[in-house]
Amino acid sequence: MSFFARFAQNRGALVGLIILLMIIAMAILAPLLFPESPWRMVQRPFLPPLSQEGFPLGTDTMGRNVAAGLMHGAWVSLLIGLVSTSVALLIGVPLGAIAGYYGGLIDDILMRFTEFFQTIPNFALAIVLVAIMQPSVTSIVLAIALVSWPPVARLVRAEFMSLRNREYVEAARLVGQTNTTIILRQILPNTLSPIIVLASLMVATAILLESSLSFLGLGDPNVMSWGYMIGAARTVIRQAWWLSFFPGVAILLTVLALNLVGEGLDDALNPKLSRER
Amino acid sequence: MRDPLALAISAAALAFTTTALADDPKQGGTVNTIVQPEPPGLVLGMIQNAPTRVVAGNIYEGLLRYTTDLEPIPQLAESWDVSDDGRTYTFHLRENVAWHDGEPFTADDVVFSADVFHRELNPSARAVLQHVESIEATDEHTVVFTLTEPFGPFLLSFEAGTFTMVPEHLYAGTDFRNNEHNDHPIGTGPFKFANWERGTVIKLVKNDDYYEEGLPYLDGVNWHVIPDGGSRAVAFENGTIDVLPSGTVENFDIPRLSEMDNVCVTEEGHEYFSPYSMLWMNNREGPTADKRFRQAVMYAMDREFARNVLWNGLGKVPLSAFGSNARFQDDTLEPYDYNPERARELLEEMGYDGEEVTILPLPYGETWTRWAEAVQQNLREVGINVRTQATDVGGWNQRLGDWDYDLAFTYLYQYGDPALGISRTYLSDNIAKGSPWNNVEGYENARVDELFNEAATAYPDSEREALYKEVQEILHEDVPVGWLMELGFPTLYRCDVKDLVNSSVGLNEGFRDAWLDR
Repeated sequence: MSFFARFAQNRGALVGLIILLMIIAMAILAPLLFPESPWRMVQRPFLPPLSQEGFPLGTDTMGRNVAAGLMHGAWVSLLIGLVSTSVALLIGVPLGAIAGYYGGLIDDILMRFTEFFQTIPNFALAIVLVAIMQPSVTSIVLAIALVSWPPVARLVRAEFMSLRNREYVEAARLVGQTNTTIILRQILPNTLSPIIVLASLMVATAILLESSLSFLGLGDPNVMSWGYMIGAARTVIRQAWWLSFFPGVAILLTVLALNLVGEGLDDALNPKLSRER
Repeated sequence: MRDPLALAISAAALAFTTTALADDPKQGGTVNTIVQPEPPGLVLGMIQNAPTRVVAGNIYEGLLRYTTDLEPIPQLAESWDVSDDGRTYTFHLRENVAWHDGEPFTADDVVFSADVFHRELNPSARAVLQHVESIEATDEHTVVFTLTEPFGPFLLSFEAGTFTMVPEHLYAGTDFRNNEHNDHPIGTGPFKFANWERGTVIKLVKNDDYYEEGLPYLDGVNWHVIPDGGSRAVAFENGTIDVLPSGTVENFDIPRLSEMDNVCVTEEGHEYFSPYSMLWMNNREGPTADKRFRQAVMYAMDREFARNVLWNGLGKVPLSAFGSNARFQDDTLEPYDYNPERARELLEEMGYDGEEVTILPLPYGETWTRWAEAVQQNLREVGINVRTQATDVGGWNQRLGDWDYDLAFTYLYQYGDPALGISRTYLSDNIAKGSPWNNVEGYENARVDELFNEAATAYPDSEREALYKEVQEILHEDVPVGWLMELGFPTLYRCDVKDLVNSSVGLNEGFRDAWLDR
């Protein structure tokens, strides 16, 4: 069975993939459909949805187009989700690989270091980091990456520990391959499938984290993100429900889609496991 | 034929008398209101922040009060004379005034308060007292202030919050800050301190021996402490709270609350402070050092929009450096209207190359954040490359104090007279690192310094007016700072609380005349 056929066997994953593609399309089409800045005050404030042509989702407290904000926000959310996950992988994978491959003292040191990060609640640490570095896209990406790499390190370490004494690794060692080559060319490719599954879920978590930070007013004040939209609208929720509702739905759908896709990937990449299930 | 106008006037007069009769003040009742945040203490003169003023202004009094037009009217001083050379001020005190502990209030208390207490503890009174050569009690009820030179705004400096009268018999010769009476303030005002449950409520009760016959009408005032803005709005909605002083609920709650039955709103009662919001523009470096850039910013900002949308239509779009409540305002200046075209022209003329300019919002809540977003967008639309820096109160203070900013939001009190509240923003000798309240923009203009200094001590007022007119023209052209908004600070109250706001400091002394029509 092909990879995609296995993926498609999971109906939920397929739905997730479709939603995700739509959101990606939103992000790409945003500058085409709404070439003006989403910060632009274009109409009377507090227009309800569908009350005026060109403003399907209404306007916010300052007369900005909610639909434009939502589309441009998709770009920001996906960007932050993907980049921060990549950075987290860049930290977590090497640390986990070294710890798992060498074991012993190196493992101890690296794992204590990892635990240090794990003991601090993610969100609290992210808030502190962003507050110290001043809110900007870069600082938010870094903060999210710094709080989300430990599970990656843990996972990769466990994979490496179970793989490092396999026959093919022994064989590579006998041939005289260096440790670096063995790590990169022999073991790492075999750990990719759980990493990919984990990464897809991490993107979802990262989007949620960014939204939470923006909600608290710690977002980059120069970009329109979903979390910012909800944060700015929460105080007027009694007057204008739509301002927090639509970005809220967008976050919900994106995170849900990513989780469904993650599950689908898990099925597709680990067919044995899924069949046992 | 009968004159229709005369008829209308007599009808109006009749209507007036009937309503006056219907509005005869009733005695009794207790008003519940809010103090936000909880004040650190209640001894005015020792502490001058807004929450202290709003509560303790009903306990303590000054020599004078000020009408909403900033005209002095008697409080503890019954009358006053000014010598022809403008250097000698003689105050005649009321004779039947007693402190809350029964001791009589005399001229010695005035001398002690001004010459000892305020000189030691009160920076804003000290700034005025540096013009005072001597303070003497010539008899038990007469005090003479002799000035080193005429000082125009002198009569405006006697407001209760700034120039509080404190009892000599309790404070003389003690360590003021650790005086045992600080926990139980003793003043001459219409209300006496009753008790303070920390974190919950401050209770004031009627002063039965108040010198104004019949006042106060209320039996007491309770100042509740409710830390959350949403809860404060709900407390007002459900009737627990009768009066919401300005700034105790968010702007966006105001329309909803003011549309409720039996709720009245007033913007009056801040004339003395006249909070004036400005945009600091760093005159030292970067594009903001160019006058044309600063003018462009003024033309680029849609201040009417900010007033209507962000401040719910409250407040005024200012003309220039002098707010509309300030004395000697020159209202003939050409306003900086919203004109993006003109802004673009000016930027082109100066050859603005798109250098990034940062903007620092005031971290005081939602309205200010939204406002910074609106200004950022206004500036982007004329081609200015703006980036907003988010910060907290500490960061805001530090950046402004270190002059590490390009554009920054703030607001300042004007205290009625240019020499008290306006010149401090533009005088070059008021440039000093470390404070976000002085000449932060770094504007230096020898002629402006000269005019301001001359005007502060010129006499009489017509002299001052001419000097201030010239200053306003120069400032209007140079735009050392952006003039954003004369803030409207609305007070919300149940309409059956009558005569609540009746002077230029509003609620700070409003309960003196207030009564309940219930």
